[in-house]
Amino acid sequence: MRPLVELKDVSFGYGTEPVLMQVNLHLHPGQFAALVGPSGAGKTSLLRLILGSLQPTRGEIHIDGQVLHGQPAPCIGYVPQLETVDWTFPVTVAQVVLMGRIRRSSYWPWSSAEDKRQLEKVLASLEIDHLMNRHIRNLSGGQQQRVFLARALIAQPDLLVLDEPTTGVDMRTAENVLHLLAKLNQQGMTILMTTHDLNAAAAHVPWVICLNRRIIAEGAPETVYTVDILNETYQADMLVIRQDGLLLVQQRPHHHTYHELLPKPVLGHVDGLARGRVG
Amino acid sequence: MTTLLEPFQFEFFRNGTLAAVLVGALCGLIGVYIVLRGMSYIGHGLSHAIFGGAVVSFVMSWNFYVGAGLWGFVAAVLINQTVRRTKIGADAAIGVITTASFAVGVALISRYRRFTRSFDAALFGNILGVTQQDVWVVVGVTLLVMLVVFFFYKQLLFTTFDADVAQVYGVRTAWVDTLFALVLAAALIVSMQILGVTLIAAALVVPAITARLMTDSFSRMMLYSTLIGASTGLLGMYLSYYVDVASGATIVLLQAGLFSVVLAITSLQKRAGRRLLHTHV
Repeated sequence: MRPLVELKDVSFGYGTEPVLMQVNLHLHPGQFAALVGPSGAGKTSLLRLILGSLQPTRGEIHIDGQVLHGQPAPCIGYVPQLETVDWTFPVTVAQVVLMGRIRRSSYWPWSSAEDKRQLEKVLASLEIDHLMNRHIRNLSGGQQQRVFLARALIAQPDLLVLDEPTTGVDMRTAENVLHLLAKLNQQGMTILMTTHDLNAAAAHVPWVICLNRRIIAEGAPETVYTVDILNETYQADMLVIRQDGLLLVQQRPHHHTYHELLPKPVLGHVDGLARGRVG
Repeated sequence: MTTLLEPFQFEFFRNGTLAAVLVGALCGLIGVYIVLRGMSYIGHGLSHAIFGGAVVSFVMSWNFYVGAGLWGFVAAVLINQTVRRTKIGADAAIGVITTASFAVGVALISRYRRFTRSFDAALFGNILGVTQQDVWVVVGVTLLVMLVVFFFYKQLLFTTFDADVAQVYGVRTAWVDTLFALVLAAALIVSMQILGVTLIAAALVVPAITARLMTDSFSRMMLYSTLIGASTGLLGMYLSYYVDVASGATIVLLQAGLFSVVLAITSLQKRAGRRLLHTHV
C-alpha cells in the first residue's frame, strides 16, 4: 500500500540552526499517529512541512504520491492550535466552518446550497449544529475544538493534521477530543497530531512517533514508551509505569521535590467538611 | 427645504459632497479589513508615504494619480511583506517604510524648491477644490474596490481571520495581500485629495471601530462601517457649509462623536447586562 505521507531524508532549519535532521517517515491510509517530543523538537515544523507552509532544505515530501513543491496538498485538513485563533474576530461558527470549503467555493460572496448542506451535515456529525449562529468567543474549549475540526472535515480531506488538539482544555474535554478522533479514524480518516500529553497519546493513539530533531523511535505506545527511548527523546530522566493495562509516563524531577526543599511547608486551611478526607 | 438644498446650487459643493460620500463609504469599507488585521496605523502611515509619491510625481512631471498610486502600492506591498516574512510587527514596519517615504518627499521639496502646490491642501485635503474629473476618479475607484471586495469576499475574510491557515486551505494569500494593497493604495490616493494626509487615518479607522462596537457579524460590520462613512461624509459637508469650518475636519469630528455615543451606549448596555446577571445569581 502506498503511503499517504512520505518524508524522504528531510532536513529543515531556520538559517544555520537545524530544526529537523534526516527525517524518514511514512504515514499509511487509515493510520492514527501522534507526534511527541519536547518543546523545540521540531513537531510543529514537521507538521508545517507536511502542510506545505515550509520548504525542506533537503529531501522530499510526498503527499498521496505527489511531490510537494511549496503548494499545500488539497487532500489535507488542518486544525491549528487554539492559542493561535483570534477569538474576538466577528465571525460565527457557521462562517468559520464554511472557510474550509474555500477550495470548492465559487467567487460569489454567499454560500451555495451545497455549501449549506455540507455545513449542516458536518455540524450534526460533531453534535454542534445548535451552535451554528453563535459567535466563536462564546464557546467552551471542547466546542471550540469541534468547530475547527468541522472546518477541516468540511473540506473532505484524506488526512487530518492537528497541532496539539488537547492543549489548553481540561482533562475531560481532552479525552472527548481524542475519543472523537478515534471515531473518525475508525471511519477511515488518516490522522496525524502533535501532543505534549504522553499519557493521553498512550491511551488513545495506536502509533506514536518520538521526535527530537530526528525520529528517535516510532511504533505502538507499548513498544515505544520505554525508559531508554523516552530519556533519549526528552533528554530527561523519565519514569514509565505499567499498571492495570495503562501506560503512565512521568518525568522525574531533576531538582529536589518540594518535600526535600520544604520539610515543613505552610499548608492551606481546610474546612471541617473536607478535613476528614485530607487526613 | 430650500435652506437644505441651498448649498447644492454650487458646483463645488455638489462635487465635494459626492466625493465626500463616496470616499467616506470607501474608507469605511476598506477600514474593516484594516482594523481587523490590526493595522490601524497603516492609513496614517501610507498617506504619508503617498505624500512622498505625490512630490516625486510633481518633480518628474508624472500624472499625480499614476505616480502617487504606484508609490503607495509599492509601500503597501513592502509593509505587508515585511510583516509576513520577518519578526517585525505591523506597527514598526509601517513606521519605518512610511516615514522614510515621507522623508523622500520632504527631501525632494527642499532640494528642488519648486513644489507649487498648497501644503495645506496636501495635509488637510481640498474638498472644495474637487473637480468633475476628480469625482469620476473617485467613482471609478469606489466601483473597483467594491468589485474586488465582492468577488474576493471569502478569500479576504479567510486571509484576514487567519492568513497562515488560509494558505494551507489553498488561498493564495500572497496574491490576496497584493490585491488588498492595491485597493488600499487606490482608496488612499482618492481620499487624500478630499481629506488630506493628516485625516485619512481617522476616516479609515473610526467608522470600522464604531461598527465593531455595534455588531459581532463581519458582513454587518462592513455594512455599518460603509454607511457610517458615507453618512458622516454627507452630514459633515452640510455642517461645514453652515458652520464655516474645514470640511475634512468636520467629517472626522462627526465620526469621532458618533464613536463616542456608540461607545457610551454599548458600555451602559454591558453594565446593565452584568447587573442583571448578578441579580439573577
